[in-house]
Order: sequence, then structure tokens, then C-alpha cells
Amino acid sequence: MEIFQIVSIGIIASILSVLIKNYRPEISMYISLVTGILIFIFVVTKLQTVIEVLNQLITKVGIDEIYLSIVFKIIGIAYIAEFGSQICQDAGEGVIASKIEFAAKILIMVMAVPILVSLMDLIINIMP
Amino acid sequence: MAMDVDLIFKIAAIGILVSVLNQVLLRAGREEQAMMTTLVGIIVVLMMVINLISHLFDTVKTMFQLY
Repeated sequence: MEIFQIVSIGIIASILSVLIKNYRPEISMYISLVTGILIFIFVVTKLQTVIEVLNQLITKVGIDEIYLSIVFKIIGIAYIAEFGSQICQDAGEGVIASKIEFAAKILIMVMAVPILVSLMDLIINIMP
Repeated sequence: MAMDVDLIFKIAAIGILVSVLNQVLLRAGREEQAMMTTLVGIIVVLMMVINLISHLFDTVKTMFQLY
């Protein structure tokens, strides 16, 4: 099972990171960054199959393709922003982390505008 | 996957090496060389990490159609 590999990598990397933290704090930050990326790359291949199933489901139901791709874009932005802000938070830079999250919220809102517009049109059509 | 796990140990090894070198140079009275080795170590690790970060961003870009 992959979970055992992931947990063991995480524990070993955190031990190494703590070991180096009092000598070279910046290199311990590198270690946590690299471990985060490795675990994500290790798991992301599994996500591909889920995305394909969702795509087939959406096309079968007949919903427009654009909405699903917007949802995936938002998930991607949310993931990367959360990853970046966690790294900055871990390094002690709370201000930078909150700025990254703030920017991510704005970008997601901009992405979501088309969906809101189509929702409004739908509601207006339904109203007598 | 296995290749990347070595990256963690490589970075840890460089970190330990740099901190040991730093201490040795400090004891030998050469503060500026100690500073230089620290900087070199960090830049070398930065090069490795940047490759991995660009790989991550490409993966996310293709995965979530974030062009």
C-alpha cells in the first residue's frame, strides 16, 4: 500500500529537517518543501483516473464542459495557493502566507464569475 | 519515485556538510569563507529544488487544465 511509503517518507524527512533546523534553518525548509512536492507527485497519478471518470459522467449527463474545467481550475489554484501559503507559514512568514491566500481568493472569484452569470440567467428564466 | 526520495537525503547531506564546514572554517578564523560555503550550499540546493518545483507546477497545470 502506498500509504506506508508516504508515511515513512514523511517521518524520515521531518526527522532530517529537525536535525538540520538549528544549524541551517533554510535547508530544513528545503527538506519540508521537497517532501511535500514528492508526496503530491506520488499521489497525483491516482487523481487522473478520477478526473477522467468525472469527465465521462459530466458529458453523459449533458452539462456543459466549461463548468467542469472551471471547477478543476479552481481546485488547481486552491491547491497550489494552499501549498505555497503552508510553506511560507512553516518558514514563519505569516504575512506572505496570508497575501498568497488573499490573491488566491481573488483569482478564484474571478474564475467563478461566468458560473455566477449563468446561474443568474437560469434563475431569471425560471422566474415567471 | 525512488529517485526523488534520494533528493531528500541528498539535501540533508548537503545541509549537514555545509554546517560542519561552516563550524570548521569559523574555528579556523575565516568567517568570510564560512559565509561563502553556506551561500554555495544553499544555492546548490536551490537549483535542485527549483527543478522539482517546476516539475510540480507542470504536473498541476496539465492535471487541472490550468493553462
